[in-house]
Amino acid sequence: MLRYIGKRILQLIPVLLGMTFVVFLIIRAIPGDPAQVILGQQATEESIKALREKLGLDQPWYIQYFDYLKGLLTGDLGESLRTRQPISTEIWPYLAATIELAIFAMILAVIIGMNAGIISAWFQNSWFDYIAMVIALIGVSMPIFWLGLMEQWAFSIELHWLPTSGREEVRNPVEAITHFYLIDTLIQGRLDQFWIAVKHLILPGVALATIPMAIIARMTRSSMLEVLRSDYIRTARAKGQKMSKVIYKHALKNALIPIITIIGLQTGLLLGGAILTETIFSWPGIGRYIYEAIGYRDYTVIQSGILIVAFMFVMINLFVDLLYSVIDSRIKYN
Amino acid sequence: MKKNKHWLWGILLLLTFSLLLAACSEDEGTTDEPAKTEEPTDGTSTEGAEEAVPQVLVFGRGGDSVSLDPAIVTDGESFKVTENIYETLLNFGEQDTTINPGLAKEWEVSEDGLTYTFHLQEGVKFHDGTDFNAEAVVKNIERWKGGAEEQYYYFHSMFKAEGEDVIASVEAADEYTVVFTLSRPQAPFLKNIAMSPFAIASPTAFEAAGDKFGDNPVGTGPFRFVEWKRNDSITVEKNEEYWQEGLPKLDTIIFRAIPDNSARLNALVTGEIDLADGINPSDAATIEGNAELQLIERPSMNIGYLGLTNTRPPFDNKLVRQAVNYAVDKQALVDAFFQGRAEVAVNPMPSTISGYNEEITGYEYNPEKAKELLAEAGYDGSEIELWAMPVPRPYMPDGQKVAEAIQKNLADVGIPSKIVTFEWATYLEKAKNGEADAFLLGWTGDNGDADNFIYTLLDKDTIGSNNYSYYSNDEVHKLLIAAQSEIDEEKRNELYKQAQEIIFEDAPWVPLAHSTPLLAGKKGVANYLPHPTGSESLINVSME
Repeated sequence: MLRYIGKRILQLIPVLLGMTFVVFLIIRAIPGDPAQVILGQQATEESIKALREKLGLDQPWYIQYFDYLKGLLTGDLGESLRTRQPISTEIWPYLAATIELAIFAMILAVIIGMNAGIISAWFQNSWFDYIAMVIALIGVSMPIFWLGLMEQWAFSIELHWLPTSGREEVRNPVEAITHFYLIDTLIQGRLDQFWIAVKHLILPGVALATIPMAIIARMTRSSMLEVLRSDYIRTARAKGQKMSKVIYKHALKNALIPIITIIGLQTGLLLGGAILTETIFSWPGIGRYIYEAIGYRDYTVIQSGILIVAFMFVMINLFVDLLYSVIDSRIKYN
Repeated sequence: MKKNKHWLWGILLLLTFSLLLAACSEDEGTTDEPAKTEEPTDGTSTEGAEEAVPQVLVFGRGGDSVSLDPAIVTDGESFKVTENIYETLLNFGEQDTTINPGLAKEWEVSEDGLTYTFHLQEGVKFHDGTDFNAEAVVKNIERWKGGAEEQYYYFHSMFKAEGEDVIASVEAADEYTVVFTLSRPQAPFLKNIAMSPFAIASPTAFEAAGDKFGDNPVGTGPFRFVEWKRNDSITVEKNEEYWQEGLPKLDTIIFRAIPDNSARLNALVTGEIDLADGINPSDAATIEGNAELQLIERPSMNIGYLGLTNTRPPFDNKLVRQAVNYAVDKQALVDAFFQGRAEVAVNPMPSTISGYNEEITGYEYNPEKAKELLAEAGYDGSEIELWAMPVPRPYMPDGQKVAEAIQKNLADVGIPSKIVTFEWATYLEKAKNGEADAFLLGWTGDNGDADNFIYTLLDKDTIGSNNYSYYSNDEVHKLLIAAQSEIDEEKRNELYKQAQEIIFEDAPWVPLAHSTPLLAGKKGVANYLPHPTGSESLINVSME
């Protein structure tokens, strides 16, 4: 098992290396000059040139690339061209904000999506099945932007239940320690603030959960349908076992592999940051951080930001692969 | 089977209402929150209750600041905050660009316009306890002067002419007197000194902090820095030792970044923020219809225009450029896309700026005349590219729609056009390289001086930076350079008026509009006066 993990991690190196190379080339291929953007519309030719030199942008691209790789090897993610802060320290609050929101959204998506899929499969072709699957279809194709604004309108403006945006009540700010506000508030014993943080998570969480929820529901349904047709389930049902027992003890376990795969992929996607959700709900996450960096041509932030996101993505997939052997003991890694 | 059905009902209910249930349980938690804040204001408006209004202002805006060191930034969102932490030697008027005392209470200018003597306020301290005095001012200027051009960008752009420092030397004559010696007269010198980037910072603090000064800003201003959560919020609190009696009125200001315009308005409606910048003109009616909100207008000091790249056919022909000026119905654009909250532009700068030529009446909307000019020019009817801005800006709230209207105007006179757009940084880069035929763009003034519009946007020196239309006229250049060092206000205005006449004739652009940027606030926000430059001190603002 450990050898397998070690091998997989070694395999990640060329993947991540290739990714940095592709990202590096693409962002330099697009027009636009970081020095120009940083200095603004008024900049003169000379000052742009001087800044390019200072930022090392006048070097040939391959030298820039090797410099960047050299930095990475020593654990240096580089410095933001715009704010001139080291990315390794700057990125953490954004990352924490995104992880907190993504986990919240995934919990929502998994609980609701899986159960909806299970019920749909059990009562295949019932009206519940039809309605659930139509909702899932709408969910997959829902424009997040519109959904987000509708949520704000309904739950914030009309009903006054939830705040429209942000992570905290700014008049009563959370003291950031880990930058996971749910954890920080608990550490400080501020249950009132914990509750406020939860309320801020709900609208963006629901918006973010919609698509994964729908995908998980559809995947669970089709995977369960397959399993429910097998002989041992028929036997279990014929024995008169309770529905919940048949589902959760016998069927689900065997239907779980494709569902887990989808959950892993979706979690990875959410951790990449959801630019639209983060924009509408002004959530200071990693997606907007990278997106804004693109607008400013902040090359190092784009490179290192994407590198970290990609790293998390592959790690989650590795974790999912390892989960397979836990769920199904027939799968062994040697 | 029947049993199963019951089960189904239960699950269905559970699922469809699970979200609502989750939200419902908040009910008690949140509904009393808005009630709490409203009670003192509309429940009892006696003197006793007025004290209960917390003096906390949450200012919602479109983006975060880049750095809180005003000397090194160029973006308006940084200045919005630094204006409150730092002060400049001179201040602009509350809603105009007249010169008023700031950290300097008096000043004198020598006859030849080369020596400026500033008498400083006494007994002022920086937030870190350092004394504010002549030496502190000298250290600040030396820091900017000694730094690289690309680092102290604004300083070098405003105080450098033909590669030479305009400020030859700065000396502390005594504890509270600073003398600036210029190498050449600079007409807008005092206006430049009043700009946000030239705020005086604590020398002890910037010497100690080095590159990190932008994260630990220390000034003399009415508010001191507390906390910055990047891309989220910046908090500043009242400077208890502020040198002006009874000011500031607010205890805390929180600047919150809410990138989406609609979401920002939603946050204002729910009371999460008190003031919202960047309101769409199309939302103005909604705000005016809401009894709890007020619509606030920022005085206009901008220009939105359609640039015609003067080096590319067909716009290398003056007659074609004039024809386009006749073809575009500017009033219709202002009515439709600025909701009438703009003035039709005639010259490349707004009429409030000294030196504006009122005798020029502009090109009226006259498609017939445009057709005649096109025929005279021998225009062959080839298709042009019309570039539409991908982002809203105060001077151009909806580039796409304005472009569509102009496309129709141009088609009416026989100029076929194709609308194209790019991501913003790409757009600026390509336009600057002269790759556009006709492009929408604009400008917001820095200091209310004519030089900051006409020279910056249309002189041949600024091709490759802000002269996106590649307009080059030697006569205009001569006038503008002469005006830069002409200190007699009347003579100087005359030079600008002449330049505007030539520019009118050459028609490098279609000037479209001077818009009035909109903000919105809670009714309780008092004495908020937005400044035309886009950033203002909130020293007099209070919550009622």
